Amino acid sequence: MIPCGTLDRAPWRTRTGNRLPVAAGAGFKFQHTEEVLSSSGPVGWMEVHPETYMVDGGPRLRILDAVAARYPISLHGVALSLAGEAAPDRAHLARLKALVDRVDPAQISEHLAWSDHGGVYFADLLPIQLTRATLDRVVRNVERTQEYLGRRILVENPSNYLVLPGAEMTENELLIRLTERTGCGLLVDVNNIYISQSNLGDRSVGDVLERARRYLDMMPGDLIGEIHLAGHSVDPADGRDLLIDDHGSPVADPVWSLFEHLIARIGPRPSLIEWDTNIPAWATLTDDVSRAGCVLDRYRFVGRSVEAAQ
Amino acid sequence: MTALTGEGFERDVAEALLSADRAAAPDWLDPEGAFRFRLYRNNLRHGLAGSLAEAFPVVRRLVGVPFFEAAAGVFIERQPPRDRMLAAFGGAFADFLSAFEPAQSVPYLADVARLERARIEALHAADAGPLDPASLSDLGAQIVAARFTPHPACRLVQSSHPVLSIWQAQTAPQPSSVPLREGPEAVLITRPDLELQMVRLSMAGAAFAATLLQGNSAEDADAAASALDSCFDPTPAFRTLLDAGAFRALRDDRHYQTNLNQGSGS
Repeated sequence: MIPCGTLDRAPWRTRTGNRLPVAAGAGFKFQHTEEVLSSSGPVGWMEVHPETYMVDGGPRLRILDAVAARYPISLHGVALSLAGEAAPDRAHLARLKALVDRVDPAQISEHLAWSDHGGVYFADLLPIQLTRATLDRVVRNVERTQEYLGRRILVENPSNYLVLPGAEMTENELLIRLTERTGCGLLVDVNNIYISQSNLGDRSVGDVLERARRYLDMMPGDLIGEIHLAGHSVDPADGRDLLIDDHGSPVADPVWSLFEHLIARIGPRPSLIEWDTNIPAWATLTDDVSRAGCVLDRYRFVGRSVEAAQ
Repeated sequence: MTALTGEGFERDVAEALLSADRAAAPDWLDPEGAFRFRLYRNNLRHGLAGSLAEAFPVVRRLVGVPFFEAAAGVFIERQPPRDRMLAAFGGAFADFLSAFEPAQSVPYLADVARLERARIEALHAADAGPLDPASLSDLGAQIVAARFTPHPACRLVQSSHPVLSIWQAQTAPQPSSVPLREGPEAVLITRPDLELQMVRLSMAGAAFAATLLQGNSAEDADAAASALDSCFDPTPAFRTLLDAGAFRALRDDRHYQTNLNQGSGS
């Protein structure tokens, strides 16, 4: 084991304010409550969607308290609508803050997406235009969020299905400029990158894996505070095998290879297995958690020397 | 395909998402983009219909999955969520069903939805200890003038249909072939700790509970119940509410004190 003090001085920790252990974690589902509370196995931390726990009382909060007593917690929001025209909803921010105060999460993250308009909440992560105006909006909303919570957050790259006209920059550029202007960190979802490059990538440039590696290679390691891994499925309806980010199966082989490619370059990071649909037995989920943990272990010392050299 | 400007971007996406037209897409998308836009339309409906299915499992069982999903789709387009807590989504679903033409052949459906909704509200309501019956012992005969604050997780559902019997038949491990009772039913739902409790009340018992839960005195509640049933006995009815954890506390506002003094005859 590496002493915590060493890890705490890593540039990415200082940069993102992340207190999660450098280990593999799992997305918490109520179906697994018993196993999660009785033995942690290979799982070093747990991630939850705060929106699920924005209730006044009852069993959900009781379960969250029990999970938080046993594991470091990452709060991974889906409803702040950081890329939205409207500022983050004050009532929603207040409920998020109440949960932050309740579970003292080791990390808070959100998405590069929008999800409300005209007072309607669309319960989805909707796509953004890659424009300066969008960047300005996200900067403003991330600043408001960080100010309100009194801490830095991580922002996650989206999975893309549509080419929206009028792009003025790449997604990498937008994310990096966002970190420069707000001090936020990045949550790199490797599955989302693979999906986006498969669905929309420039087909004149290499194959999907090649394009996804290029995307990853453009992300500065010090900005990356967390990594997400998940399964995807194939929708054959448009004849081009569109990949869908459904978090409903084991992590696919090309995504594992991209994960290892990233870790070999930047060193180990807190890495999460997300499984939100077709939720499997706990043992199936922890198989993928163990596999992610093995990759992190393989690069523990490589990563340290890389960080030290930077 | 018209030009996309930053101004109308969200508005165009939002309109196409909520449109009843299955092929709806913003007109600045190319044909392939317009085709792929259905992913977002489907995801919205699928996700929210899933939230409704979780909240209204008995309604879903009563009408079958295809009907439920079709009804959910129309509901989502007409009354999309305005709250980011999906546990709160569906507050208007029962009223929607009661006016939804294709559901009129199942007259009790909306009331079953009201019962399921009340259970969800009770489940997620604030935690609080129920009123301790021992704290009432000092009141003596003055109890008839006492008023109570309802427990935050207490709900009362009154129906002209046998809603609780229907709910119980649909959720039993072995579906029962016993014919349903007929006529109206009322259900008191409480959650004194983590487990939901349901108690079937008589019509007079429901009038008694409703009057008390609105903050009126036991005397007023007895009057309301006795108007429905001349043999109504308030003592066991009150005990039922107390044991179920329907009350949070004794109210000690000025209005209550005045009544208490009058009741004591001093």
